[in-house]
Amino acid sequence: MADGLSRTGQIATPGLRRRRGAPARELARWGAGALGIVVLVGIWELYKLLGPADGLVLFGNRVLPRTSDLAMPHSWDMLARLLEPVTRADGARPLWLEVAVAATLTLGIAAAGWLTGLVVGVGLALVMQRWKLAEWGLLPWIILSQTIPLIAFAPVVRSWGSRIEIGAFEWQDWMSVALIASYLAFFPIAVGALKGLQSPDTIHVELMKTYAAGWWKTLVRLRLPAAVPYLLPALRLGAANAVIGAVVAEVSTGLQGGIGRILIQYAGQASGDPSKAWGPIFGAIVLGLVAAGSIALLGAMLGRYRRVEISG
Amino acid sequence: MKHSTRRAASIAATALAAGLVLSACSGTGGDTDSDTGGDELTEVKLQLQWLPQGQFAGYFAAQEQGFFEEAGLDVEIIPSGGDIVPQDALANGDVDYAIAWVPKVLGSIEAGANVTNIAQIFQRSGTLQVSWADSGIESVADFEGKKIGSWGFGNEWEIFAAMAEEGLDSTTVEIITQDFNMNAFLSGDIDAAQAMTYNEYAQLLEAVNPDTGELYTPEDFTVISYEDTVGAMLQDAVWADTERLESDEEYQETTVAFLKAVIKGWAYAADNPEEASEMTINAGSGWGASHELWMVNETNKLIWPAENGIGYIDEAAFEATVAAALSATNETGASLITEEPPATAWTNEYIEQALAELEEEGVDVKGDDFEPIEVELLEGGA
Repeated sequence: MADGLSRTGQIATPGLRRRRGAPARELARWGAGALGIVVLVGIWELYKLLGPADGLVLFGNRVLPRTSDLAMPHSWDMLARLLEPVTRADGARPLWLEVAVAATLTLGIAAAGWLTGLVVGVGLALVMQRWKLAEWGLLPWIILSQTIPLIAFAPVVRSWGSRIEIGAFEWQDWMSVALIASYLAFFPIAVGALKGLQSPDTIHVELMKTYAAGWWKTLVRLRLPAAVPYLLPALRLGAANAVIGAVVAEVSTGLQGGIGRILIQYAGQASGDPSKAWGPIFGAIVLGLVAAGSIALLGAMLGRYRRVEISG
Repeated sequence: MKHSTRRAASIAATALAAGLVLSACSGTGGDTDSDTGGDELTEVKLQLQWLPQGQFAGYFAAQEQGFFEEAGLDVEIIPSGGDIVPQDALANGDVDYAIAWVPKVLGSIEAGANVTNIAQIFQRSGTLQVSWADSGIESVADFEGKKIGSWGFGNEWEIFAAMAEEGLDSTTVEIITQDFNMNAFLSGDIDAAQAMTYNEYAQLLEAVNPDTGELYTPEDFTVISYEDTVGAMLQDAVWADTERLESDEEYQETTVAFLKAVIKGWAYAADNPEEASEMTINAGSGWGASHELWMVNETNKLIWPAENGIGYIDEAAFEATVAAALSATNETGASLITEEPPATAWTNEYIEQALAELEEEGVDVKGDDFEPIEVELLEGGA
């Protein structure tokens, strides 16, 4: 197969540039991160202090929010609320713990979705790389699949899922959520992996041919290592998509216990307890960071292949 | 040579995979009907129309108190999320019974859903339109030219039906879609906000008035209750699959047993609102104790006293809901329904049987001497 022809232009991936720094550099990086949060809090409080009390509405659209405690609670109120119990019931857990437990569940579901998306995405990419015809036939459908709105998709998944019962295996509600997460996650992975598998120079592919290496050997020795720099950003995108997909699907299908659920629940309580509604929002942010961080960890483990690409 | 064997192998693998998928699909097809023939408990799935909360206390009480089990049922109560429409889940065969508002289901029935109202649990409408006491909005007629809040998604029909009676239509007001909370109203983006007696109205009463630093009081608001207007529509009802009601004898028996347990659950909630609210919290409601208790208490008020027995469908009230639904047009010019629903839209057959059997057992199904309790709301519903 003349795959060399389908090679697409080389795009510098962010992963390529990162170098491992000295301890001082590392410290500076963390410091910059912390400073970013401080600046954000500063802007929030400054706007709350000086911004127009009624916000700003331009042509009927709200451009700037109100500065009331209802719309923008003080940052310290939100922080203090995290430490207080969720409700005044006996034995109620502090808000941060409740959020953390919910976030852990969502993270687990998102991870399951991401893994499924990884298997499906890479599988599709392999098929498409192997047979040009498959690429022509599949790629448009893969792109089309992402245009289906979740709001239409979620009830169908749950409805079908509720009918699946094979022997001792019974479809669980969380699987519907994981499936929707994987549906969002597989797309960037499939596209990124395909691009990566097609990335080796023709000259390298032809060299493998002169070695009489088959498709399988070329894949393992050449294409997969070459795909890593393309795959890592795709995996990161996939992880972000999986988290968003899991949160939205939780809301959509009404799954209990996850962060999507308490987002809705606490949003309903925001009139009487404005700071509480921000708890799950922070939880969702941390969730996204953890997901992205795990991919960074994966990238560090695959560092060897990234260096190969740089030196090559 | 190598190439062709590999290709053959991959074709075989693909065929095998396709075969597996197909067999998995056909395998699941046979299991869709709940295997009611079990020797022990009959499995029943009940779809709620929202998250677990006091509005559904009776079902959770029936579960916790073992009323379902006594009736030979193993009931799974399924909460809904944003995109799960109970009557659709029922019509699709995902669940056996569903809780939903009558007007919403009337729309679905006209769109082809084959479902039947078998018990009208809420006898009264719990929808309010709340405005500030000094706003001058005292009745639906005063809506003209105002910013009227509504949740949409089929929750808006009472507003439009009540307005139609006053000669108003959606063009005479500005309809603002409401969020999950009352912040838009509190911030002044909405002149009159839609609120349920059992939920959003309480949210207002547990919010702090920034001017006084104290909680808002009922005196701060003017409340229009749709129950007092012709726009009032029947709300929470139990819906069943019409086809299975007609042809499946086991389902008919299950229906009566299920309704009996549900009634017992609501009777328990009427007598023990504190316990029922605790059960709801344990079932996953995220509300604080005072809000939850308020919810159960206000829900009880919508059910009890029940003149003809809880769940009995008053034909006049059902007809009134249909008439109101026929008269309403929403802000996009759409009508909820254009013709009378079929006769299969409701039946008292099963609830009558359930009520008769329960009365024989000495259960109070009318609650003539029902007295609501006084609930003090705490800040944030804590």
